[in-house]
Amino acid sequence: MSLFNVFDIAGSAMAAQSQRLNVVASNLSNADSATSSNGQPYRAKQVVFSATQINPQGASGVRVAGVIDDPTPMKMVYEPQHPLANAQGYVTMPNVNVVGEMVNMISASRSYQNNVDMMNTAKSMLLKVLTIGQ
Amino acid sequence: MISKLDDALQFHQTALTMRGYRQQLLASNIANADTPNFKARDIDFSSALQGALSSRPTNTGLAVTSPRHIGSSGENTTGARVLYRTPVQPSIDGNTVNMDVERTQFAENAIHYEANLTLLNGQIRFMMAAIQG
Repeated sequence: MSLFNVFDIAGSAMAAQSQRLNVVASNLSNADSATSSNGQPYRAKQVVFSATQINPQGASGVRVAGVIDDPTPMKMVYEPQHPLANAQGYVTMPNVNVVGEMVNMISASRSYQNNVDMMNTAKSMLLKVLTIGQ
Repeated sequence: MISKLDDALQFHQTALTMRGYRQQLLASNIANADTPNFKARDIDFSSALQGALSSRPTNTGLAVTSPRHIGSSGENTTGARVLYRTPVQPSIDGNTVNMDVERTQFAENAIHYEANLTLLNGQIRFMMAAIQG
């Protein structure tokens, strides 16, 4: 029954989008974390999505292939009185792009809603199938 | 007699299977809207249905004669040929999913599926009336 695969596909996409939302939350809350448990300032994280085969019929779901550290350079803020300032008076701050993360959050939540919609459509189709011959 | 019943319902069965399969493809397009390098795929419904009804598959994929062969894309149990969508506004990450197109096709396909079921139910009711008199 190929319609049941819609649930698998939408479910995988929802899991991936919620992980993206988790990463966004982590980035936004650590936007000003100048230090962490390893002594280094927080580095922004990004998820990498990849299409994954659900069944051999050509339909594919989504999988989070990995969470990478954002390669953009860290922000240097001039703040000589800060305890973590270097000899020149600059503090290394996280490379979180707050505006970009907000956009990322909206995009993730819209994609999540799309997938929920898709599941509801598939559900109503399957319920209609149950009425065959009544 | 049984084959006549089968013939009467065959069309709807094939059409529903094809619609279900297309729904699955469209679902995977929507699910992968944010996946880099994902190419949106779909089937040409009318030619796929005609191919399935004439039991002459329109699939021109490679024949696989050994389990170690790699099948070509577009192979599936419905015999429909899975094509790639022509992107209208391709994005820089290689993704060709156009959400507006996919959503409208998804909704359209769902409505067609339900219409198909309604027609099938009508036919069954018609036959029940003929049987019961």
